[in-house]
Amino acid sequence: MEAQAINTPPKELAKPQTKLIWRTFWILLALTALEFLIAFTVPAGTPRTIIFVLMTLVKAFYIVAEFMHLKGEVKTLIWCILIPTVFVAWFIAALLIEGGSIHEMRPQMPAGK
Amino acid sequence: MATVSTQEVSPKKLWGGGMEPMNASYGKLMMWFFLLSDAFTFSALLITYGMNRFGANAFPGLRENFKFSTEYWPIPEAVFKAAPLFHDAYLPLVFVGIMTFILIMSSVTMVLAVEAGHRMDQNDVEKWMAWTILGGITFLGCQAWEWSHFIHGEPDNPTFTKVFQGGQWVTKQIVGASLSENQYGPPLFADLFFFITGFHGTHVLSGVLLNILIFYNTTMGVYQRRGHYEMVEKVGLYWHFVDLVWVFVFTFFYLV
Repeated sequence: MEAQAINTPPKELAKPQTKLIWRTFWILLALTALEFLIAFTVPAGTPRTIIFVLMTLVKAFYIVAEFMHLKGEVKTLIWCILIPTVFVAWFIAALLIEGGSIHEMRPQMPAGK
Repeated sequence: MATVSTQEVSPKKLWGGGMEPMNASYGKLMMWFFLLSDAFTFSALLITYGMNRFGANAFPGLRENFKFSTEYWPIPEAVFKAAPLFHDAYLPLVFVGIMTFILIMSSVTMVLAVEAGHRMDQNDVEKWMAWTILGGITFLGCQAWEWSHFIHGEPDNPTFTKVFQGGQWVTKQIVGASLSENQYGPPLFADLFFFITGFHGTHVLSGVLLNILIFYNTTMGVYQRRGHYEMVEKVGLYWHFVDLVWVFVFTFFYLV
């Protein structure tokens, strides 16, 4: 019982440090709201898709770096997590090219209005 | 100099597990590697969606004239335009936007719980874990509604398709979606919807169960006695990953 009393910290309780957390939250919320705005104002096409992908990557960065605290980890750990995702980049390229080729071979639809 | 020599561990002790590689505990490191492998699984699903979408025909006309057909890939905002309580209202992507907000919010409450754990503040950990669990359950409820709506479809706006039956081509009416037929577009669209959002929903469900476990242990004072709240951090990593995946699903399934 006595040992436990020594181990528990004194009941002064440090002040919450939540400034950075809420800042990250507002960034994520603003980016999502902006995505909605773009979805209904910018016509669909490659430029819009690129904008969406970039915004998604920015959001992913904030979630992984701030919420998952990867930013505060050792450099080696950061690279251990980031480098294998190169395979995903290759996978995307390979299968999207494959999809394009499937589309070429598919009977085309007549262009309508 | 004295501090440097204490940092050095004898090689024997190194192999015996006397040190934490990359300054992360075993559990945390394994959680990171598990999440990396899980990220590959989700990438595979989303890339499969991308490939099939690239391979399918796109709607040839103007977006305003879009109509459901099994001949071409649907425009997502034409499919996901309903919300509970607002029947027949045209609310494209509104409900999924609310779901996104709920999940981001629960990610914030989770990181607040982790922060409270660093301060050994049991009451705050309990409070924020409770909010996180509530957010997760709300998200699952929303997803259940969306699935139900997707499966039942729009009876007053059926899609017609030709099927080969009994030696001849007949016109068939499709309402709603299953794994084999789909009112909104090619059957693959429905299959990928069920697989991708379903696999993500399974992750949310197991995340909620883990969160409940952590919440229970916190209220019982397990981590306070242990002297650290690292379990909250580890489960927090998983929960944030679920949020991260949703960010990608949201973009590639609903927006693009």
